[in-house]
Amino acid sequence: MTDPKTLSPPSLETHVAARDETFLDTNELVINMGPQHPATHGVLRVILRLDGEKVMGLECVIGYLHRGVEKIGENRTYAMFNPYVDRMDYVAAVSNGLGYCEAVEKLLNVEAPPRAQYIRVILTELNRVASHQLWLGTHALDIGAITPLFYTFRDREEILKIFEKYCGARLTTHAFRIGGLLYEAYDGFEQDVKNFISFFKPKIDEYEELLTTNRIWLERTKGVGVISGKDCIALGVTGPVLRASGVKWDIRKAQPYANYKNFDFEIPIGLNGDTYDRYLVRMVEMRQALRILEQAVNGIPAGPIMAKVPKVIKPPVGEVYHSIEAPKGELGYFIVSDGSTQPYRVRVRPPSFVNLQALDLMCRGQLVADVIAVIGTLDIVLGEVDR
Amino acid sequence: MGWLVQYVQSYLDPRVTVSPGAAGNVFWAVVYVLLVFAGVSLGVICMNWLERKILAHMQVRLGPMRVGPHGLLQPIADAVKLLIKEDIIPAEADAVVFWVAPFIVVLAAFTVFVVVPFGPAHAITDMNIGILFMLGVSSLSVLGIVTAGWASNSHYPLIGALRSSAQMVSYEVAMGLAVVSAILMTSLNGFGLYGVGGPDTPGIGTLSMIGIVRAQEAQHVWFLFKFFPLGLIAFAIFAIAMVAETNRAPFDLPEAESELTAGFHTEYSGFRWSLFFLAEYSAMIAVSSIAVTLWVGGWLRPFPNALGGATWDLVFSFVPGLAFLFLAGMTFYNVRRMPKHPFFKIQTMGLAGFGAVLGLIGLILFIPPVRDRVGDIFWFVAKVAAFMYLYIWYRGTFPRYRFDQLMKVGWKVLLPIGLGVLILTAGAGIVGLEMAQHVTH
Repeated sequence: MTDPKTLSPPSLETHVAARDETFLDTNELVINMGPQHPATHGVLRVILRLDGEKVMGLECVIGYLHRGVEKIGENRTYAMFNPYVDRMDYVAAVSNGLGYCEAVEKLLNVEAPPRAQYIRVILTELNRVASHQLWLGTHALDIGAITPLFYTFRDREEILKIFEKYCGARLTTHAFRIGGLLYEAYDGFEQDVKNFISFFKPKIDEYEELLTTNRIWLERTKGVGVISGKDCIALGVTGPVLRASGVKWDIRKAQPYANYKNFDFEIPIGLNGDTYDRYLVRMVEMRQALRILEQAVNGIPAGPIMAKVPKVIKPPVGEVYHSIEAPKGELGYFIVSDGSTQPYRVRVRPPSFVNLQALDLMCRGQLVADVIAVIGTLDIVLGEVDR
Repeated sequence: MGWLVQYVQSYLDPRVTVSPGAAGNVFWAVVYVLLVFAGVSLGVICMNWLERKILAHMQVRLGPMRVGPHGLLQPIADAVKLLIKEDIIPAEADAVVFWVAPFIVVLAAFTVFVVVPFGPAHAITDMNIGILFMLGVSSLSVLGIVTAGWASNSHYPLIGALRSSAQMVSYEVAMGLAVVSAILMTSLNGFGLYGVGGPDTPGIGTLSMIGIVRAQEAQHVWFLFKFFPLGLIAFAIFAIAMVAETNRAPFDLPEAESELTAGFHTEYSGFRWSLFFLAEYSAMIAVSSIAVTLWVGGWLRPFPNALGGATWDLVFSFVPGLAFLFLAGMTFYNVRRMPKHPFFKIQTMGLAGFGAVLGLIGLILFIPPVRDRVGDIFWFVAKVAAFMYLYIWYRGTFPRYRFDQLMKVGWKVLLPIGLGVLILTAGAGIVGLEMAQHVTH
């Protein structure tokens, strides 16, 4: 049998035409999965073409959560647009804010003071852990293990409590401002983070105990949704998906932003590029995030938390592209300034949207159940895909 | 009225040890049918509540807490909700088949209980082909599931139904092999683990559910431990296959919520859906009953050898009453822990009432004639309950198998092992018989 991955994807129209032409032949079963489906992580719609249970191809239909965030950006001042970016990847709102603030700072040619940088890194890494927790819970739920979801949500609560104490919001935090921070770290912030680190370390072991060596989990994830590093690069796939395919690319190391170059941490990479490797990579990333947190919380310097930024932000004419390593991959902001108070164009390069392109390649030739596993392992957030 | 009194008297006579159907006692057979139907329905309701609570506590949540104290009335509220929901038959569905399908499933699930022996005298009937009847009738539910999926005229139910039929048919093979080993054990002679020693008479060799338990009694060993580890392996095969047979986690592919939304009953709602629910849970109870009967000694009390004798019999006959008193005690402990707010007054009183009922049942179970009559039912139900707990535990622990992996486990793992165990059991039986003769002569 030919490797289904080498086949060029036959379009849905030709399929339908072929079906209409002949009456007595075996047809592919076209199934519509989503947008109301428990396992498509929101409002993703997937049109599956099945031969029995085998996936012959699929097509993603997106846009059910489109809010025109980029267009809104053109009609708001730089500071006013800041809360909107939280609504893209609402699971990792802090990362979105960091990317946007740093992009505008780059455009303004200012830099946040060291103290602000440290607090930013702490909150961003906490958010990375929270995002990975949510991914783990839902991914395991899709594969049928319902219990990890509740464990991760229980522990994610501790992170959200820190966010709430810091800025009053739990999910869409709007934690950062252009040029630094609005709020000083509250009393006991460092202790809270330290407590979280010591609280969460054994919890990762608890998650791993449930899944890492579970026979069924291994069977469901090993060799499922394999994608090579080359394909990842060709499709622009980034983040844990890319790293699990053996490409050592992490923007925190490759193009250090904030003050990540001050911290000592490792980038986990996988060997096989399958769902199990992606699972392991994210688990190690959670541990590495704790490592960064440990270093950051012990090294917060004193000083101001806000750089000298004018009240009305009017960047010089020009354009900037700044990207950060969000929990889901490379999150980039391309901002064009025409010298006014509003951006001429804000273009977001969302990791979820780009990673979702790999779904067809990863699912072809697999079974229906694997589609669910692959959607889970890609860790997409539809708010970010559709924007 | 004289005949009724006579019947009741004959029932309370401890010397009566024949099931009513087998004794041709039509009146008692009808009463038993009603009792078993009510009992199984009650069991499903209890199971519904217990599954929610136990699963919730495994998952660091509380489960139902609002409807009644500790959510005790939740199943009733759900039942009422389901009954008053609109009855939807999709426009494209085949209405007649769609209408019939749930009844086939429920019928298959409940008919099985005709031969389940809750005790030597507590079975509706004692068929000489009991276990065969049970396997045959329980596999009829596939028919209902396939028709449900097909009649819905929708993609997800269709795939769910196809998966379900393939799964149930394949696991029945492994299940059947495991059952055959247990039946083989009934025909073997001798006492103890390896059938060494004991009487030099041929074994019983029976398909009757009551006969199988009697064989375990006569051989002084539960078949779970017979020819250790052969009985254990056969039991494990059955225990795995029965989870697959009832479409429960980790083999719940036909209704894999994350893949097929709800599988074969996606298009069903309200009362029809609740029939599927009822059938699923009663099927779980039914296959657990088979497992208990074949391997875990049915209605026999535990430790008959180590703690044998009339004194221990007496001690164990107190266990049912003590168990209910323990539950009552737990309930009263929770009554004390209820919030002392006037809002909770009714809830607290309700919980106390529930505890009182449990305690009263416990006390009734201490009365000698009752104690002697219900001990067997208690042990049977307790063993079935242990299996039910396992079902919940699996659901809380395991991810779901993929369809091809499920088939692989069924055909490539369980089936060969089942065959091997069957052959080895036969061999061990012959060797044991030879040795037994050697010892006696």
